[in-house]
Amino acid sequence: MQSTVESTTFTTTGTVAINRIDATFARLKAANRKAFVAYIMAGDPNLAATPDLVWALEEAGVDVVELGVPFSDPLADGVVNQLAAARALESGTTLPGMFDAVRNIRAKSNIPIVFMTYLNPLLRYGMGNFSRDAEAAGVDGVLIVDLPPEETAGEIGLPADSMLRNISLIAPTSPEARIASIAGKSSGFIYYVSREGVTGARSDVPTSVSERLEAIRRYSQVPVCVGFGISTPDQARTIASWADGVIVGSALVARVAEWGKPATPGAAEQPPLPVLLREFARPLAEAIHSA
Amino acid sequence: MSPVATAPAPVVAASAAPSSPFVSPHIPDATGHFGKYGGMFVPETLMAPLQELTAEYDRARQDPAFRAELKDLLEQYAGRATPLYFAKRLTDHLGGAKIYLKREDLLHTGAHKINNALGQVLLAVRMGKPRVIAETGAGQHGVATATVAARFGLKCVVYMGAVDMERQALNVTRMRLLGAEVVAVTAGQQTLKEAVNEAMRDWVTNVRTTHYILGSALGSHPYPMMVRDFHRCIGEEARRQILEQEGRLPDALIACVGGGSNAIGLFHAFLADEKVRCIGVEAGGDGILPGRHAARFQGGVLGVLQGARTYLLQDENGNIQLTHSVSAGLDYAAVGPEHSYLRELRRAEYEYATDTEALNAFQTLARLEGIIPALESSHAVAHAIKIAPTMPKDAVLVVNLSGRGDKDVDQVKRMLGM
Repeated sequence: MQSTVESTTFTTTGTVAINRIDATFARLKAANRKAFVAYIMAGDPNLAATPDLVWALEEAGVDVVELGVPFSDPLADGVVNQLAAARALESGTTLPGMFDAVRNIRAKSNIPIVFMTYLNPLLRYGMGNFSRDAEAAGVDGVLIVDLPPEETAGEIGLPADSMLRNISLIAPTSPEARIASIAGKSSGFIYYVSREGVTGARSDVPTSVSERLEAIRRYSQVPVCVGFGISTPDQARTIASWADGVIVGSALVARVAEWGKPATPGAAEQPPLPVLLREFARPLAEAIHSA
Repeated sequence: MSPVATAPAPVVAASAAPSSPFVSPHIPDATGHFGKYGGMFVPETLMAPLQELTAEYDRARQDPAFRAELKDLLEQYAGRATPLYFAKRLTDHLGGAKIYLKREDLLHTGAHKINNALGQVLLAVRMGKPRVIAETGAGQHGVATATVAARFGLKCVVYMGAVDMERQALNVTRMRLLGAEVVAVTAGQQTLKEAVNEAMRDWVTNVRTTHYILGSALGSHPYPMMVRDFHRCIGEEARRQILEQEGRLPDALIACVGGGSNAIGLFHAFLADEKVRCIGVEAGGDGILPGRHAARFQGGVLGVLQGARTYLLQDENGNIQLTHSVSAGLDYAAVGPEHSYLRELRRAEYEYATDTEALNAFQTLARLEGIIPALESSHAVAHAIKIAPTMPKDAVLVVNLSGRGDKDVDQVKRMLGM
């Protein structure tokens, strides 16, 4: 049922020789296509729904999935993602539950999966334990929002032998020296934050993005994806003309919030949530892939 | 190239205290680590602005003009030095150690918070930021920030949990009268932690035009160091005053610890005097049960929250636990990182007082000394009431009376059914 054949070049089970993120970007580059990176909160509305939503996003044309790890104090997130985290915590979402969900996803899909998280849940789980269990479940990378490269010494960082890609953030406020240092150490892809602020949809596209991408590319061959505030196919197309990939988060999370609510008795029956999300994501995928 | 490798210049008066491993220009290190605590755990967007702030603060504290302007404001505007008052009737009532109160409650705006707000607003002006923001729990830091913003003609927005706005309504009105916008934070538990989250979200969005006047010795570097330095005058004065009045150093210092700014301000000038005990008093709430207190050193676990690595009240999944205290200013799940460090080194000790003990201390001090303390400071008084009778009559305690209790009168009235 899933279009997994198109999005993968290797087997769907067991250890893979190369990281799925690297493989996906290599394949897209060869096809001269840009990546659609989609973010949703794991466990929203509940963890049982998460694999269905990931498969639906893949069907719509998503190339990489970021799964949010819910945290009680998401200080880099706007209200849409804050509420999603609250729903996910309410539904009992934990890292072990997310690993189970990824194993479930992997039964049908090789789409690259990145966990996007705040540091404290990983510290509590143990960085070594996290790396081991995430790899074993089939996670490909991790983006830790509040862990700058300066703090990744000793027990705080991922173990040296971790196979997880450590996705780095670069911001509009990052001066050139920091860009050089972060870009030089990055792997998987670089997440360029398109504007100062928290996550959430905006109506415009910052014009500084293309210059900043040039600066990043002076220091790194790693693909650069752009996120924060991108919600419409037009915005996505513009960004995709500059970047290696486009990250859409809050716009999808807001749809999950709206369509994931328990049905009100007597209301007209709506299509299932994964179908609605897939149809919402499809025009975004087309815009990004046609750029 | 380290912005803090040079010897720190005291912001206010020079201290006579000897040097010590606890007070060194290398604590914290150049990126804000007190041993394994502290640091800069923030999203990338804030890293460069925090490094700029660190560098600007380092230039300012070595600038004689900055130090002179701050000294003048602290003396002529805020009312420093504050008295060190011998609480004779309280001492006689308890029948043990002599109790001195460091009267930060007599400062302009009614609490120690003005020391830091003045220092930081001068920095904001130096950096050319036309807008300041703050979080507040009890409202004392919000009032201090609104006050200095008015004094310097800056736009001011204060984030405050909706629950705290209800229990500290007087301070909300004061902030609005001072021209600040007070934004109610309705996420989560609607108290101080959520107000900090919301202030950080504002800052990350408006960082080019805005300085965040963080109000306690917590968060990312350079705040724990900078806020400590701006409050160090509390301990410097107290040390000089007790030497004048008693001819010797005190046996112990007692201060309440929410984030821990008034405590570190008192302790820091005494850290090299290793015979002086430093006792921090956390909020014991209804007792040490999950969700019913804010005593991070009773059941807290090392973690990272809001920029710093320190002791946190958290669950087994690393989510931050609910807290409770009668005092809005102590009702917070993390403790300032330097307190975690001093505790690990056993240079400071941390106790707690329950809501009931704090409320009793509030009334005791009012009746015996004619001083109505803030509910926060009442926790420190409560601990003095606990230990003074166990000490000899020639022992000396210095209690930081960090704020006055006018703001708490309505809440206490309801609780006591007056």
